[in-house]
Amino acid sequence: MASSSSNKSPENAVNSASELVAGKRLRASDVAPWMFLGPALIIFSIYVLFPVLESIWLSFFDWDGLGEKTFIGFGNYIELFDSDQFWTALTNNILWMVLFMLAPPMGLAIALFLNQQVYGIRLVKALFFFPFVISQVVVGLVFSWFYDPSFGVLNSVITFFGGDPVSILADEDLVTYGIIAAGLWPQIAYCMILYLTGLNNLNHEQLEAARLDNAKGWKMLWYIVLPQLRPATFIAIVVTVIGALRSFDLVATMTAGGPWGSSTVLAYMMYEESIFNYRMGYGAAVAVVLFLIMDIYIAYFLWRMIRSEK
Amino acid sequence: MYPRPIEKASAFTNISYRVALPISIVLWLLPLLAVMATSVRSLNDINQGNYWGWPSEWMLIENYTQVFTSTPMFQYLMNSLIITLPAVAGCVALSTMAGFALAKYNFKANIWIFATFIAGNFVPFQILMIPVRDLTIQFGLYDTHWALILFHVAFQTGFCTLFMRNFIVGLPTELIESARVEGVSEFKIFWHIVLPLVKPATAALAVLVFTFIWNDFFWALVLVQSDEVRPVTAGLSALQGQWLASWQLISAGAVVAALPPVILFFTMQRHFIAGLTLGATKG
Repeated sequence: MASSSSNKSPENAVNSASELVAGKRLRASDVAPWMFLGPALIIFSIYVLFPVLESIWLSFFDWDGLGEKTFIGFGNYIELFDSDQFWTALTNNILWMVLFMLAPPMGLAIALFLNQQVYGIRLVKALFFFPFVISQVVVGLVFSWFYDPSFGVLNSVITFFGGDPVSILADEDLVTYGIIAAGLWPQIAYCMILYLTGLNNLNHEQLEAARLDNAKGWKMLWYIVLPQLRPATFIAIVVTVIGALRSFDLVATMTAGGPWGSSTVLAYMMYEESIFNYRMGYGAAVAVVLFLIMDIYIAYFLWRMIRSEK
Repeated sequence: MYPRPIEKASAFTNISYRVALPISIVLWLLPLLAVMATSVRSLNDINQGNYWGWPSEWMLIENYTQVFTSTPMFQYLMNSLIITLPAVAGCVALSTMAGFALAKYNFKANIWIFATFIAGNFVPFQILMIPVRDLTIQFGLYDTHWALILFHVAFQTGFCTLFMRNFIVGLPTELIESARVEGVSEFKIFWHIVLPLVKPATAALAVLVFTFIWNDFFWALVLVQSDEVRPVTAGLSALQGQWLASWQLISAGAVVAALPPVILFFTMQRHFIAGLTLGATKG
């Protein structure tokens, strides 16, 4: 039934209301969902669904954004796979994903540390969550200041212990690690909140039973608590992978991809090629590669969700 | 409760724990505390390397006043409000309707539409960038507040629909069924039965989405460019280039830009966290 009314516009909905009066098989509750869904579906299609398809289409063209589009097939992709900048960006993205995987365990550790009921603990939890609430632009500025070779806190600490100051954001080998550390800060906070909520919902009887059996320490955590935290872990990993692949704000704020493109990531490279170099088709190809990598996770997430709904 | 309540541990552990808490906060927030301390220093202090000592003169009022008087910071903050408030209202409204449809009606495409909203929500921004930018230019909205409002409404509707749908699924279906038997129209059911029940959820959602939209940086770079429409994230980033080594001003600007979502978070903390985890842990 729904399939026949699926693409009807509001005017048709009025028609179907009269059909209802006429006692035909269309009922109000068949049309209603489409009226409620309509506005959201329309605007979501215009701004999200069609642009995805259009970008894929554009990636097969040579286009400066204003002039004629020239179809060049896989030309952009061939150039991309030949470009050092692309491999640097991709390598950095992988580095982001690998190191970001520290966020869930560290979030769990902090959650375990804070899951007590002492005086003022709510404020403490809120303060730990703080980095997630502020904009990544501010986080980027904060860490740029933190790393600053002449003024920064980090170098004050290093020189205090007798080391030589390092200019992390100007060092090709260190710069990406420096930005990732800044990104981990809010990400750990996010994972911490997910785990704190998970810890609140633990099954008390199972915990007590395990304690009666003398389960303690790591064994208790590994065999009793972690299995119960699986939903939280799953979400923490999904949001962390997506966060790592989406990294743009910090790279743009802290280094603009530099020095010499060494800290760039696919998201930033795409922006740079399209906006500064006027290479829209090439930029679209970068975006498509990023999209394909992310699709693996999106597909896995949806598969799990649909399975649990059925 | 896990781990064991600290009160049941030895007195020594108990006291160490309470001492460790404030220390851990200071370490965790160290980068932020450094910035706050910097924002009240004079340029002299910074040039002489006095970052941790007592400020030679307190420049709290001077620095923060200068942020507002010598830059368009006030305009940026206003722009952020003008963009964020309608965008939040828009996507909460659209997603409440869509969430109701997906939660309480059985139709064939239901789960697939739901999946589409979720998938769209995870998409990288870059794959939307060129078409959305073109579309905005074609609509004549480039470099206006509307450019950002419309995009944020559209994009956040994905996440918000997931959120509202998961909340509304939990509401008693019998209420809706019995109203339907009484002959109440579908729209009235939505307005008089569903809306009052989802109010707490919309509050949580609004707080959360406010933060997401306020903190957006990418679209503020791509869809607007002049100071008259630029939100505070893009404005701050532009100022960073002009102030260069005036770290005391950059810091003060960063504190100002971070303040609205932080205040909202502290006043609505419970809602905020409920929102974050309701949307997430049910996935």
